Amino acid sequence: MTESNPQTTGQIRLTGEDEMVSFAGRMSSILTGGGLVFLEGTLGAGKTTLSRGLIQALGHTGPVKSPTYTLVEEYDLPDGRVCHFDLYRLGDPEELEYMGIREYLTDGTLCLIEWPERGRGVLPEADLAIHIDDVGEARILNWQAETDKGAQWNRQLQQLVKEWQE
Amino acid sequence: MLVLGLETSCDETGVALYDTERGLLAHRVYSQIAVHAEYGGVVPELASRDHVRKGLPLIREVMEEAGHTLQDLGGIAYTSGPGLVGALLVGACLGRSLAWSLGIPAVGVHHMEGHLLAPMLEDDVPEFPFIALLVSGGHTQLVKVEGIGEYELLGESLDDAAGEAFDKAAKMMGLPYPGGPALSKLADEGDAGRFSFPRPMTDRPGLDFSFSGLKTFTRTTILNCAVDGVLAEQDKKDIAAGFQTAVVDTLAIKCKRAMKQTGVNRLIIAGGVGANRMLREQLKVTAEQLKGRVYYPRPALCTDNGAMIAYAGAQRLNAGEVSDIAVSCVPRWPMTELKPLASGN
Repeated sequence: MTESNPQTTGQIRLTGEDEMVSFAGRMSSILTGGGLVFLEGTLGAGKTTLSRGLIQALGHTGPVKSPTYTLVEEYDLPDGRVCHFDLYRLGDPEELEYMGIREYLTDGTLCLIEWPERGRGVLPEADLAIHIDDVGEARILNWQAETDKGAQWNRQLQQLVKEWQE
Repeated sequence: MLVLGLETSCDETGVALYDTERGLLAHRVYSQIAVHAEYGGVVPELASRDHVRKGLPLIREVMEEAGHTLQDLGGIAYTSGPGLVGALLVGACLGRSLAWSLGIPAVGVHHMEGHLLAPMLEDDVPEFPFIALLVSGGHTQLVKVEGIGEYELLGESLDDAAGEAFDKAAKMMGLPYPGGPALSKLADEGDAGRFSFPRPMTDRPGLDFSFSGLKTFTRTTILNCAVDGVLAEQDKKDIAAGFQTAVVDTLAIKCKRAMKQTGVNRLIIAGGVGANRMLREQLKVTAEQLKGRVYYPRPALCTDNGAMIAYAGAQRLNAGEVSDIAVSCVPRWPMTELKPLASGN
């Protein structure tokens, strides 16, 4: 992790799946207007769980299936489109061009990308990169804003963390 | 009617020749695993190009083996979804244009309907209605099948598919991806009782599955056992055995519940994980407890293949269904949107 700068980075510790889903639900009201979010962390860290919390809080009522097999799952929701990617099975970043990645990354679409490292070189810079570490039952989320929009989200996330911890 | 079936939805090219009078005449599958292995995953564009390369030679081989020529065909069936769009388009273009040039009908087939009906290609054919467990790398579903095209989704995985969970657990243990079958092999020599893996969502009513938690449990178990980041061989075997037993138990518990709930005691298993020996053995016992029976196609017809597409397509063509001249695919296509087979022809 790079040095922490409260303008661009933040952190929270969450225990158990329910807390993760609930925190993700609160995040959903901040990550508005579309953007690119990277979700990093090893297998089983909780990337899909975090995505599920976000997508369901945005109004999706059905299951949020792992996009590992299909590479991307799309959700047309009341506040806009969400595209949930999992690049785990991607052989070569260039493949993203063939998938039409640019068409997904349009204004107003929130793109959640698991295993973004597999798309390095083709994926643009993320607005927000979230890294999940597991410490026993707990999960530590560290995030870093990479753009102005991300920095704006980060300010609101800092506020959310404060409220969450009270 | 002699029907050519083409399957190109993912990384296997499957071609088969099915005759409505004489049954399955020939089938060939070309697996691209070696092509993708060096990348450690599936490469959709490479998959499409490989389908282009293998399609025609496989058709020639199948025709030759069955002693037929293209002029003998009465129709062509191709997988039109769900799947990778580029891969699907290759089969759809090939099937549709070949049919056009021969002046015969063609029909797009739902990939999962193909899997559901694969047991019909065996000598021992289940009667309708039956319960189907579809388990593969991309799907885990329990479906009540009343007839061809009459499918009721009883339950499905809310997160990871069973096959995906196998592949990911294998990866955590350092096996090459996709490592599901390798994990099963390790499990044969392990002690399933050493670690108490959970049986997700079996303690509450309903027929949905969740395998994501097992992945997390596997990871925690590996971290607890590993010394300096390295797992002993026996630990690997015991974790594999504990994991496999948990998945199989969970699938069996839900199958039993589905059979009890619907009063249908015929169960079929389809999809790649359907080739898992332990799953087959356990579901046989489960079905017998309910005075029912389990049916499964031979392993070669559990994984993706052209025979199941030829069979499903033949039923639809026979009932007069034809896809129009436009080439179209449906990458995301819920099975419940399928229509029952038109009655009579």
